[in-house]
Amino acid sequence: MWDLCTNALDAAQLRGASYGDARVMHLRQRDLTTKNAKVGTLSQSESIGLGIRVLANGAWGFASTDRLTRDGVSSCAAQAVSIARASALANRTEVVLAPESAYIDSWQSPFRKDPFEIPLEKQLSLLLAADEEMRRVKGVTLTETDMQFRKIDSWFASSIGSRIHQRKVISGCGIAATCFQGQEIQKRSYPNSFGGQYTLQGYELIESLDLIRNAPIIAEEAAALYSASQCPEKTGTLILGGSQLGLQIHESIGHPIELDRVLGQEANFAGTSFLTLDLLNKLKYASDIVNVVADARLDHGPGLGTFAYDDEGVPAQCTDIIKDGRFCGYLSNRETAHLVGLNRSSGTMRTESWNRLPIIRMTNVSLLPGAWDYDDLIADTPDGILMETNRSWSIDDRRYQFQFSTEIGWEIKGGKKIRMLKNPSYSGITTEFWNSCDAICKLDHWNLWGTPNCGKGQPMQTMGTGHGASPARFRNVRIGTAFSNQ
Amino acid sequence: MKPPAKPRKASSRKHALAAELLPERELHRIVDTVLRLARSTGAQETEVHVDEVADNLTRFANNGIHQNVAEQGLTVSIRTVVDGHTARATTNRIEEDSLYAAIEASLSLAHSQLKDPRVLPVPGKQRYRRVNRFVKQTAALTAEERARAVRLACDLAIKKGQVAAGIFANGQSQSAIGNSRGLFAAYRETHAEFSITMQEDPAASWAKANSADVHTFEPQKLATRASEKAHLAVNARELPPGRYAVILEPASVLDLVGFLFYDFAATALEDKRSCLNDRIGTQLFGKNITISDDAYHSLQQGAPFDGEGLPRQHVLLVDRGIPKNLVYSRAAAKAARKNPTGHGFALPNEYGEAPMNLVFTGGDSSLEKMIASTDRGLLVTRLWYIREVDPYEKVMTGMTRDGLFLVENGRVTTAVRNFRFNQSLIEMLNNVELLGPAVRATGEEAFEMVVPAMKVRDFHFSEVTKF
Repeated sequence: MWDLCTNALDAAQLRGASYGDARVMHLRQRDLTTKNAKVGTLSQSESIGLGIRVLANGAWGFASTDRLTRDGVSSCAAQAVSIARASALANRTEVVLAPESAYIDSWQSPFRKDPFEIPLEKQLSLLLAADEEMRRVKGVTLTETDMQFRKIDSWFASSIGSRIHQRKVISGCGIAATCFQGQEIQKRSYPNSFGGQYTLQGYELIESLDLIRNAPIIAEEAAALYSASQCPEKTGTLILGGSQLGLQIHESIGHPIELDRVLGQEANFAGTSFLTLDLLNKLKYASDIVNVVADARLDHGPGLGTFAYDDEGVPAQCTDIIKDGRFCGYLSNRETAHLVGLNRSSGTMRTESWNRLPIIRMTNVSLLPGAWDYDDLIADTPDGILMETNRSWSIDDRRYQFQFSTEIGWEIKGGKKIRMLKNPSYSGITTEFWNSCDAICKLDHWNLWGTPNCGKGQPMQTMGTGHGASPARFRNVRIGTAFSNQ
Repeated sequence: MKPPAKPRKASSRKHALAAELLPERELHRIVDTVLRLARSTGAQETEVHVDEVADNLTRFANNGIHQNVAEQGLTVSIRTVVDGHTARATTNRIEEDSLYAAIEASLSLAHSQLKDPRVLPVPGKQRYRRVNRFVKQTAALTAEERARAVRLACDLAIKKGQVAAGIFANGQSQSAIGNSRGLFAAYRETHAEFSITMQEDPAASWAKANSADVHTFEPQKLATRASEKAHLAVNARELPPGRYAVILEPASVLDLVGFLFYDFAATALEDKRSCLNDRIGTQLFGKNITISDDAYHSLQQGAPFDGEGLPRQHVLLVDRGIPKNLVYSRAAAKAARKNPTGHGFALPNEYGEAPMNLVFTGGDSSLEKMIASTDRGLLVTRLWYIREVDPYEKVMTGMTRDGLFLVENGRVTTAVRNFRFNQSLIEMLNNVELLGPAVRATGEEAFEMVVPAMKVRDFHFSEVTKF
């Protein structure tokens, strides 16, 4: 693989590229799903190819190919240089990269059980058993289960001399029960919605989820939601479960801090950000108890945003994003770091595959644990609503105004969960919401959630991101807006 | 069972030019190679998909190009069937060793499951209607030509004191499907797209076009339209949320109604996850709503066959407000005792099928006529981040974006701050007062469709944002 990278870089340099990085990636994936006790998807795929990014005449060009021969990668490199020269025809500012050292390294994400070595029969049998447990519950009209494994090898080489091999193993799994009754469709998922939980782990993740014990619990809840009371419309106290809070972080902190959005590079598609450069180190983003980091290091946990080096050859880092409630950091790359006074990239360039250009991405953007025990938090809430497991999510293109709905809610009165609520939703303005946070649960309740499906860039790229969160409480939140006036 | 070892010959894939797709005979040869290899493995039936793309995309922001990419790739996806077991394996390597490994992977996956009586034999030879959506000039567009068009758009922005961002993309793709019962079909098309956002602080507006033929749209005209609307959008007023008459431009209609059509899959009804459960044959929408799925419409794109190789059929989905017909894969058709309609996804999958070539019957009201007929309402350029809140009532939430304007007494009077909406699509399609001519629309939330602009009464905006 290194020969292919070297050939590509040599060809680019020969044609006048002032900088280049080449990446061979080999992606393997297995997908298993069941529906109503029958196998749905059963597929495996692999893809291997090379992408090369070059600077020529001060502008970027990128080309990719699956022709992994000397001629194939050389002509791909020549195409990248030719594209860069075309870019220079409409380039207003010459690209300047922050300095970075050269690294020669090899890294593999830790896992105990290679999911591709676990017999398929065993994986399917677990899904079918969980499916069966859900189907036993009266009123359940649709059961679904999902398991996905990925193994990604990348060989990165750059013209400054880096040679970095990384291997990542990703596992994901989830189950869901749906009830159609009367004029309603209600659904419950475990451990999270939209495919479940995803981490940078092996099959040990699946074994830790205890699907069989949780399957009847969510099925019973799905069936009970039809008879549950409608979530009221009001302004009040909200407690968010960990997975929903993870998505709240993703949408209302993770995306606004992406420096490419801030600088207008996503204005036509993913949108921009309210976090203009003048707000750095000034904006009171959140209440004093809120501390958020972007941490790609393994020390943070096996998240979907964990790696040793980003796809620009910059080592994984931990960046303070919100410290004691104050906004203090963006996600940057080598091209943009100097615009926020940094002399080095924060290491967040990531690519979906060999045929996509690396772009600024969230790593593990996490809310650090607070001081509360979960039971104490509930007991300390005289009147509130607990919402768990995302159902829908939406936020404006500058990341101010959001609305989320969840699968299930619980009314809290006098410090106790007293009844189930259906169709819960809440909405707000990002900074007002985060400034209303008055309690965060401690490390015992903290989990690093995986968001496997974050879309950004043109051509579109899907990326996995991590979000550590424990349940937290927010005051004076607009509740029930999604179903108001329907 | 593995065949006796023998020398494997690599498929002769030629790449005289980086952006040239393989000729159809080469796709046929790859399919034949897979079928030949599969015969020696014990697979009773085999289906092969070959897909190839050669795409280019120039991305600009801050009045200059900042990303500029090209990709070329080919995948071979193989499904084997053995005694009621089926599974799929996909590779992007076309040497015989790699193809053989993919066949073996597919068989291994298939054998890992219990026998499924619903697995059908692969279909035999089919007859297809020809469609021609390959335009050489679109495929041949160069990075320099895209850069020059981008430069002109950016020059306009600079002249107007604005900031431009967007894309200019072109490409070509082809798909072939073949199976062990002699079915073979192949299709190729080109595509071109220009999308531009013009920003005039603190406002922005947007225009976009997409076609098989790059000459059917003019990037400069799109840039001019976005520029003029961005200028109009400066000094936006804040209005209270509530119910408003809205004039939805085609891109807004597209992105909203795009969420409706997976509900027309027969499998979705069987699973009881469709909003059409218990509603087929009822007057669900207004009588001015008629919708078909028509892969052969002159403004549509996409292959004339589905993931199982069946020819796509024209299906009348909604007739004057009444949902009349669903689309069926072969398995869904068998279960419902209907004929398959050529809308199945590649097997195996749990979703079955969906209509992919939506065509609304339009009306004769121009946008200007809709504005002139409105005492008080809002003109919506584009919607954003649309998600489903209630799957049965089809309540969708999302934001307006890139140009929301107040219409008073028949004319646009001012820009308005963006709203969040929570709106039932069923209610919306009962409240359509005027329809424009149906056009090929393109947005970001749904695939391209042929839809009209719509004037809709009582559209529900629930909250307002800060800009």
